[in-house]
Amino acid sequence: MQPGDFFEGGAELVGKVVLVTGAARQLGGRFVRRIQRDPDVERVIAVDAVTPPHRLGSAEFVRTDIRQSAIARVLAEHAVDTVVHLAVTGGSAGTGGAHSTVKETNVIGTMQLLGACQKSPTVRRLVVKSSTSVYGGTSRDPAVFTETTEPKSLPAGGFAKDAAEVEGYVRGFARRRPDVAVCVLRFANILGPYADSALAEYFSIPVMPTVLGYDPRLQFVHEDDVLEVLRLAAREPRRGTLNSGTFNIAGDGVLLLSQCSRRLGRPTLPLLLPALNWVGSALRAVGATDFSPEQIRLLTHGRVVETTQMREVLGFEPLYTTAETFADFARSRGSGLLPPERVGRAVDRVAAMLDADGLDGLKDDAYAAEGAKR
Amino acid sequence: MADAKVIPFDEDRPRRRIPRRVRAVPAADPVVEPPAGPEPAPAAAPGDSWDRRIAGGLAFLRRRVTGDYEVDDFGYDKELTDQVLMSLMRPLYDKYFRVEVKGIENIPAEGGALIVANHSGTLPLDGLMLQVAVHDHHPAERHLRLLAADLVFMLPVVNELARKAGHTLACAEDAQRLLEAGELVGVMPEGFKGIGKPFGDRYKLQRFGRGGFVSTALRAGTPIVPCSIVGAEEIYPMVGNAKTLARLLGVPYFPITPTFPWLGPLGALPLPTKWTIQFGEPIPTDGYAAEAAEDPMLMFNLTDQVREQIQHTLYKLLVQRRSVFF
Repeated sequence: MQPGDFFEGGAELVGKVVLVTGAARQLGGRFVRRIQRDPDVERVIAVDAVTPPHRLGSAEFVRTDIRQSAIARVLAEHAVDTVVHLAVTGGSAGTGGAHSTVKETNVIGTMQLLGACQKSPTVRRLVVKSSTSVYGGTSRDPAVFTETTEPKSLPAGGFAKDAAEVEGYVRGFARRRPDVAVCVLRFANILGPYADSALAEYFSIPVMPTVLGYDPRLQFVHEDDVLEVLRLAAREPRRGTLNSGTFNIAGDGVLLLSQCSRRLGRPTLPLLLPALNWVGSALRAVGATDFSPEQIRLLTHGRVVETTQMREVLGFEPLYTTAETFADFARSRGSGLLPPERVGRAVDRVAAMLDADGLDGLKDDAYAAEGAKR
Repeated sequence: MADAKVIPFDEDRPRRRIPRRVRAVPAADPVVEPPAGPEPAPAAAPGDSWDRRIAGGLAFLRRRVTGDYEVDDFGYDKELTDQVLMSLMRPLYDKYFRVEVKGIENIPAEGGALIVANHSGTLPLDGLMLQVAVHDHHPAERHLRLLAADLVFMLPVVNELARKAGHTLACAEDAQRLLEAGELVGVMPEGFKGIGKPFGDRYKLQRFGRGGFVSTALRAGTPIVPCSIVGAEEIYPMVGNAKTLARLLGVPYFPITPTFPWLGPLGALPLPTKWTIQFGEPIPTDGYAAEAAEDPMLMFNLTDQVREQIQHTLYKLLVQRRSVFF
């Protein structure tokens, strides 16, 4: 991406005022710091109900709960023209709150925010962070979801249901305010060195419980790509692209859960579905991780989305593929009980033992072939 | 059988047999690129060949245990399919059912195509054998991507293996995506009606669903290759169907054969019938207008054409067959 791109979509004379919700979360904080460096952004207003533990740079932090109507005042006071709504979260250990609080922030907060936006004469652009979990995921779903795929069964609860409801409200808002460009970004599982999502926590369990007889396909998107695409969505579209609408955002390619565990070097413990539910509630009870029914669903059927719209309409090319995102994440987490290097060396030792029996040079051939593949 | 009269002419014609490809020398075919994996090259000495095989196996093992392999969006694991799953099915294919393949040249060497086959045999072994047949006999070693029922993806273990072997759910979205990606897609439109039909109805094609496969092929502009499989009907002669038990287990039918469930697991052994798989002349679909896929009349006509062709070939193969088992 060239720096010149910023000015391509119509040079704005007045700098933009961007309001970012959910700034106390890791991702929100990073986005606030990132977007204030954009030359066409004049001011950044960061909003959250709790004081962020991280720096927000030159951004103005307003501590307000978006579930309260005070958010309308904030919008009016600062003449905000771009709203980036990141306070739609799965609510992992970072927030410390029970799910009811998270759900309220997700749903009631979005309703309040949208109400405030509808009243505001200055808002011209709304970006909402959603998730590919709105597609659900059952055995009767197609292998790859497109933006227009209707979920076979609506998510029964948890974050997926919140996200689906939030999207419903956002669609209603887009109908009532056709003058506001609305962009809904459905992110695949966000991973990276700073990830604090439930899935990142799951990948940190020394022995990962899995569903016996299922090997889900997973797709990841890197944090850096998330920030980039949010920036792209928050400004005027570049020539030939359109940044309003709904887009799936995911890195290229697919990893199976078994591949993930091997690349992380963390062994898996396959459990029958009922047993896994039980282990999940036990882990939740001790606060080890948020092992929700929704996450078990992801770990059963997996979820893969199509990203053609992201490339061709939104004009966004992620820097990281799914595998690269996972590699970056794995590096930041340190090795597990069975690091792939050590396992690989064990196989090499077996090969060396056979080599001693007269397999001269052949191993090297195999290695050369392997090297060529890499 | 209305066309019984044509038999003598058919019998007179010398039967064309495709010479079985010699499996031991995979690189013998000049068209075929050497496989990506470190599969052993044709060996000079037998001992050398074994050494190479072990080295190749270890390299394969190393990639598997470190997770260093790739799967596509559908979960298809090419390496695992080629090196493990296919090898597991091959004895059944070569030795047990002794599958004879005819008309493999009707499958295009590249680009998408939809193979439409009849479905039978209580368990979907015919689909798996079709997959091996296409891969082992086609000069380009094409991989068949089968469309399977949702039951397959509900069962633990089975769903995992099916995805890794390249199968996916039989729905228009998946089929079209695969066809547009230039893959060879296999579908058995009879579904459970075909595979779970009583033994008395063998080789009588059932209704071909709603003809969704035709509109999918039309949208993707890929040819339809009709395929007739003879021999699969007799592997489990289904003489009864325990409907109540099936409903309790949540499966579409519960087969009762002369041996199953009376002999327990032994009764689940398929009968060693002799199979013939014949691929017919491809039916082109690229000559139609864009809105043709929405035309129900055309859909029904094309569906009937495919169905007739498969049924006709089935009858022809049946009269040529000397015995069920040889």
